[in-house]
Amino acid sequence: MTDQPQATAATPMPQAPPAALELDGTDWQRVSPKYIVVEIVGYLIFGAIMTTAGFIPFWVSDWAPASLLGIALGACFLLVIALTPRRVRAIGYALREDDLLFRRGILSQRVTAVPYGRMQLVDITRGPIARAAGLSELRFVTAAASSGIVISGLPAEDAERLRDHLVAVAETRRAGL
Amino acid sequence: MTDFADGEWHRLHRATPLFRGGITVLILAGIVFGNLRERLIELFVGVPGYGPGADGEFSGDPLDFILRENLVLAALGVALLVLLLAVGGFWLSWRMHTFRITDEVVEVRSGILFRTTRKGRLDRIQGINIARPFIPRLFGAAKLEISVAGNDANVPLSYLTSRDADALRREILLLASGARRSAIAGDAEAGPEHPGPGPGVGVGAGQGPGGVGALLEDRAREFLAPELDPALAPPEAVLRMNPGRLIGSTVLSDAMLFLLIAGVGLAIAVGITGDALLLIGFLPALLGVGGFLVSRITRSLRYSIASTPDGVRVGFGLLSTSNETLPPGRIHSVRVNQPLLWRPLGWWQIAVNRASRSSQQGAAGQQQTTILPVGNLDDVRTVLRLLLPDVATDEAMPLLERGMLSPGGEDGFTNSPRRARALRWFSQPRNGFAMTESGVLLRTGAIWRSLTIVPFPRMQSVSVRQGPVLRPLRLAAVHVHTVSGPITPALGAIDRKAALGLFAAVAEAAIRTATVDTTHRWRASTAAPLTVDGGDA
Repeated sequence: MTDQPQATAATPMPQAPPAALELDGTDWQRVSPKYIVVEIVGYLIFGAIMTTAGFIPFWVSDWAPASLLGIALGACFLLVIALTPRRVRAIGYALREDDLLFRRGILSQRVTAVPYGRMQLVDITRGPIARAAGLSELRFVTAAASSGIVISGLPAEDAERLRDHLVAVAETRRAGL
Repeated sequence: MTDFADGEWHRLHRATPLFRGGITVLILAGIVFGNLRERLIELFVGVPGYGPGADGEFSGDPLDFILRENLVLAALGVALLVLLLAVGGFWLSWRMHTFRITDEVVEVRSGILFRTTRKGRLDRIQGINIARPFIPRLFGAAKLEISVAGNDANVPLSYLTSRDADALRREILLLASGARRSAIAGDAEAGPEHPGPGPGVGVGAGQGPGGVGALLEDRAREFLAPELDPALAPPEAVLRMNPGRLIGSTVLSDAMLFLLIAGVGLAIAVGITGDALLLIGFLPALLGVGGFLVSRITRSLRYSIASTPDGVRVGFGLLSTSNETLPPGRIHSVRVNQPLLWRPLGWWQIAVNRASRSSQQGAAGQQQTTILPVGNLDDVRTVLRLLLPDVATDEAMPLLERGMLSPGGEDGFTNSPRRARALRWFSQPRNGFAMTESGVLLRTGAIWRSLTIVPFPRMQSVSVRQGPVLRPLRLAAVHVHTVSGPITPALGAIDRKAALGLFAAVAEAAIRTATVDTTHRWRASTAAPLTVDGGDA
């Protein structure tokens, strides 16, 4: 496969625990480390809004236990933010001969294989924070809603190259619905 | 043979607006009659006490007002104008509603002010449904609905004469099958024995020289004709519903079980409180379930499933009939399952996932996904062979049966290990998978037994998952993704290594089978002119 796009970060995946799912002989492409920052900034903004909203009952009622809601929300978001680097490092994809492999998740791990020929469309979206960091999100859509292949945190030009590559290989392996 | 599939624009049945608005017209007539009833009684029987008061006071009835002011002519004129406008509008909408069928697409244009054009690609056809609602059926009209992939992405042609609809379906399926037009023309010459209604569409398909008598006779014959034309499929390839089993299965459905439990609970409640009024609260549920049972039984009574040259034909309905032809390779996954109460009787039901979803209701009143409402093991075998001829081969049949019946063990399935007991209390020995050349079988449930089959060429992707519960047990779950529908093919709590092996094997098979799958043009390889049965397809 000569036209396979070279991802910027082709470093090996972090070592997985022994009982976890590990496919032998797959060199996973990692997403850009900058995506960690994007995720953290996004969660900080969202978490700040939600936590503030969580404290409203306390401010309104002035009843001390009501503040627990806001505290719990804040703690949850802090935990999510603390785990973000590992979660982002766990996102990976691999372009095999005839299918695309995609993995994500640490606690709840998921590996998906989707043959190129099953592609219905490829979507590239860019949120405001990701755009500032020069990142895009690539969505590989099949006829099944549950396939859920979303590779976020790809450098913009990589995403476009990957999209063109996917469209090209899908065209040669077209399958009827 | 009709002229519809010649690539030119055609119109629908002339009485289409009447059938479509049929119910509205009846309701309007009912309202008008209801309002005039008292006046008619007064007119003919002369009962006093109606009409304008003796003192000529305006009673508020517009008819009185019209009579008193001598506006009868004007009122009649207005009524006539409204009537003309309505008829003109209906006529115009009929004129503007055209369709054409080319080699590649079926296209429908409609609307007077707001034009709508709908195109469906023939090689993406998921099924063609012919529905005959009760009133149009009386007049020998039928609705043809071409489903293409997508949610309610259907191209409806309502209404056509019954015969045209049948012939048109045969032609569309022939075009879609990848057979060439010349082959279809050849088919036309050798075609159906009953003479077609000729060019154009007409109400008078049955209007022979015999006049009204012959017309009525024709209607009656069509109405009483068997649901499935015997010429279409050999009797051994046809599966029909056994009425006793249908009623039995309905009575023993899980909904009934729920009702029974609720009833017992209520009886206890009444016994304790002594308040019989509680029973009233039970009425709505009773009515609801009763209605469900009646509709299910009447719809499924004339159920039949048969193999035709262009796919599986599923038909049902007693008064309003409907039958659908599913071309080969349009079934994305199949589930054979057994509600608890059916178990002693050995009954099963079969549901499928399809790429098109229609608002039309299916055999048992559900969406058109229940292919076999109820059947014994023999029926299940027949239907599986029809739906998935590649998977349900004679060699694979024992494996499929073990998938339904076997309690587990060394039976060709890779089952959950003993440590999965914690998660699969009863079904652990049975919870497993097997693969054939062209499909994967997922077996689950020891109490509510179920077998899910996904043919490889139709699956979209496959994933293996492991959450915090499964990981310490060295287990994993495998999901096979297909188009959405009632079935979610997934298997939980299997050995991690087995899951990874299944994942790799399914991913590989998905690629391998896609390259050899030709079902979207299922007849493209047929070289010689086709011979198609001349009956109603």
